[in-house]
Amino acid sequence: MTAQPHQVGGPATAPLPAAGAQVAGRGANRRWPDLGPGTIVRFLALGVATVIFVFPFVWLLSASLKTRQTVLNSQLFPQPLQFENYVRVFEIAPVASWFTNSVLVGVLAAVTVTFSSALVAFAFAYFRFPRRNLLFGLVLATMMLPGAVVMIPSYLIWDTLGWTNTLVPLWAGNLFGSAFYIFLLRQFFLSLPRDLFEAARVDGASYPRMWWSVALPLTRSAMIVVFIFELKASWTDLLKPLIFIRDTALYTLPLGLQSLVSRFNPTSGGQGEFHYIMAASVIITVPMITIFFLAQRYFVEGIATTGSKG
Amino acid sequence: MTAPVAGTPSSRWRVGDETRWAFIFLLPWIIGFVVFTAGPMIASLALSFTNYNVFRPPEFVGLDNFERLANDRRIGLALGNTAFYAAFHVPGVIILSLALAMLLLRVGRAAGFFRTAFYLPAVTPAVAVGTLFLLLLSGNGLLNQISGTFGLAQPRWLTDPAWVKPGIVIMSLWSLGSTVVIYFAALRNVPLELYEAAKIDGASAWQAFRNITLPFISGAIFFTLIVNTIASIQIFTEVFTMFFSGTRSSGVQSSALFYVIYLFQKAFEDFQFGYASAMAWLLFVIILAITAVQMKLSKRFVFYAGDDR
Repeated sequence: MTAQPHQVGGPATAPLPAAGAQVAGRGANRRWPDLGPGTIVRFLALGVATVIFVFPFVWLLSASLKTRQTVLNSQLFPQPLQFENYVRVFEIAPVASWFTNSVLVGVLAAVTVTFSSALVAFAFAYFRFPRRNLLFGLVLATMMLPGAVVMIPSYLIWDTLGWTNTLVPLWAGNLFGSAFYIFLLRQFFLSLPRDLFEAARVDGASYPRMWWSVALPLTRSAMIVVFIFELKASWTDLLKPLIFIRDTALYTLPLGLQSLVSRFNPTSGGQGEFHYIMAASVIITVPMITIFFLAQRYFVEGIATTGSKG
Repeated sequence: MTAPVAGTPSSRWRVGDETRWAFIFLLPWIIGFVVFTAGPMIASLALSFTNYNVFRPPEFVGLDNFERLANDRRIGLALGNTAFYAAFHVPGVIILSLALAMLLLRVGRAAGFFRTAFYLPAVTPAVAVGTLFLLLLSGNGLLNQISGTFGLAQPRWLTDPAWVKPGIVIMSLWSLGSTVVIYFAALRNVPLELYEAAKIDGASAWQAFRNITLPFISGAIFFTLIVNTIASIQIFTEVFTMFFSGTRSSGVQSSALFYVIYLFQKAFEDFQFGYASAMAWLLFVIILAITAVQMKLSKRFVFYAGDDR
């Protein structure tokens, strides 16, 4: 495991772009492929696939602008465009609070897990201590553990502490690092040349200082990967809020949206106000897609790295 | 191995210093492991031998919960539904993602654009995927519009128990983007010279795929097999949103009752913490067993280039 997979080689200051750079000159990276019949078929197939993956978003957007009567019809361009759905949805439910809660929990969850995982990952990558491999094996083993196994005792712990029905359990567990991110960050720390740290030590740097001022700045891109992965995980999570939160005002967006489905579902006495549900669905989706477009490089490299090293 | 910095007078002490600092750095994980992993695992195992509903202290009941598990028909139902879903979802994701990734490999720079498009559903919050598919799978929804155009059947995906699970599988395949990204990255690491050599030797496209591509990406396939299997066994959010939010149709709910949904109901709707803990452990054992079998199979099928790991 100490041998460095070649995918993360390259300059230590930018381990992420290196993954793409090393395939330069291969077929996959040529500017444009030859225009043969095979290429046209490939583009056609990819075009169809793109429509399948993207068109549902258009459909969602369209439905969010319809009326209660027309929301389930097959019209792509609603007449008239009912933009007021987006105003009304904030009035019929505390969507603004849900949004704030989601942002707060997401940022806290992502910041805490990034730094705690980086601390632990650095210990596994740099320090030499007895039972290191055994402990790291334990970290990897916890990745396999289904969340359901620890769900009930975790609930009882937070309940005993009196923190159920607060936002605390939604992020505070992240103070203790997360196995997957520890694994990911350790790989990046291992790719830093050891001489760098020996030099810092000769200069009299303490271990915390080496971590903070040498290791962290050099693995900035990996830290960003962890941050946005966790931001996404937190923004998307339904199960934890479902277990811990009871007050409507404390809901996060996923729980809020789920509660709207309950409330408006015709079979449970709702009026089938799917236009509000769809407007709320757009509201929960747009921030994630925006972040994805801004940070696409990190998403893609993060996933590719995990996959190729799993 | 553990050579201290040369010339340090207190070099023996320094080794201890490093170990001490290592455990200071490890402290968050050690606390988290004890409090939120190992402790709860033991606790849930202990709870599984009790009757416990929060309001009264746990009462030891021996193996009663496990006996009940064996006789609970909804457990059988939930396991069957989950197996059905996993059996279609996992191979579906792997085959479709591989096909898409191989297409991406041959379109040069345009690959980036398509990859972005394929990945968009994967960043969509699962609850919103659920609501979106309430729309797409409805009577007049997009899916039936398309099948209508081709003169195919237009099933009632959301209300006909026979069509509920196929609809859920279709929904799950829409979010396969991250697997495509993994395969695409793996495919780009296959040395092109091998294909050229195979071409010279007169190998067919299938032979090249079978003997060059597959061995090289077998590690990635194995990884996605394990990860997607574990995830599919724990499917919850989308289905809970679609079929367990206010709906009271028992036929549809029987068809969409997946294991973790039933576990959630037992734990946090019925507050049967003892029984739910037994369910959780059954799930754990099932996942361990399946992963162990997959690991064993991988020894035969996975090829590591250079095998230098």
